[in-house]
Amino acid sequence: MQTRAASFAKKSWIALAACALSACVTINIYFPAAAAEKAADKIIEEVWQIQQSDKPATVKEKK
Amino acid sequence: MNPLRYLFAIVALVGALNVYAAADLEVNTPGVNAIKSSMQARHAQLAGYYANGAVGLSMDGMIELRDAGSVPLAARQTVNALIAAENQDRDALYAEIANANGHPEWKSEIRSTFAQRWIQLAQRGWWVMSNNGWTQK
Repeated sequence: MQTRAASFAKKSWIALAACALSACVTINIYFPAAAAEKAADKIIEEVWQIQQSDKPATVKEKK
Repeated sequence: MNPLRYLFAIVALVGALNVYAAADLEVNTPGVNAIKSSMQARHAQLAGYYANGAVGLSMDGMIELRDAGSVPLAARQTVNALIAAENQDRDALYAEIANANGHPEWKSEIRSTFAQRWIQLAQRGWWVMSNNGWTQK
C-alpha cells in the first residue's frame, strides 16, 4: 500500500530525474549552423542593403 | 500512472521544446536591431572605401584598413574611426546574437559564420582576405 505522500515523493523524484535528463539534452545542443547562416545572410543583406541573395552578389559593377 | 511512462513523457515534452528552440536562431531583438541600424547607417560612409580598396574584409568577421594610400590624408582619421566603430559593432552583434539565444559560448561560431557570409556576399571589386592574402572579388 502506498500513502499519498509517498506517491508524491516518488513522482517528484521522477520529475527531478526527467529534468536532469533534459538538462543534458540542453547542454549538448549543437550549434545550428544552417540557421546561423540564414540569419547572417538576412542581417548582412539589411546592413549592405542588398536586394536578394539568389542573384550573384550585385549587378552594379558588372562588365 | 506507470512511473516509466511518466518519466518518458516529461523528457519527451521538455526535449521537444528544446529542439524547437534550437531550430531557429533568434535575431529579432532590440539589441540586435539597434546594432544593425547603426551598421546600416555607417555603411553609407564605408561603401566607398570598400569599393576603392582602402578597406577590406578580414577572415574573422571584421574589417581592416588594407591600403592607407588610397585614402586622402585628411580622411585617414575618419576612416580609422569608421573601422574601429564598425568592428566594435560587429563584435557586439555576434555577442548579442549568442546571448539572445541563451548560448553566449556560440559567439565565436557566430563570428565565423558571419565572416564567411560577409565575404561571400561582398560586392564585385571589394577586397577580401583569404588564406592567400588579399584578393579582389
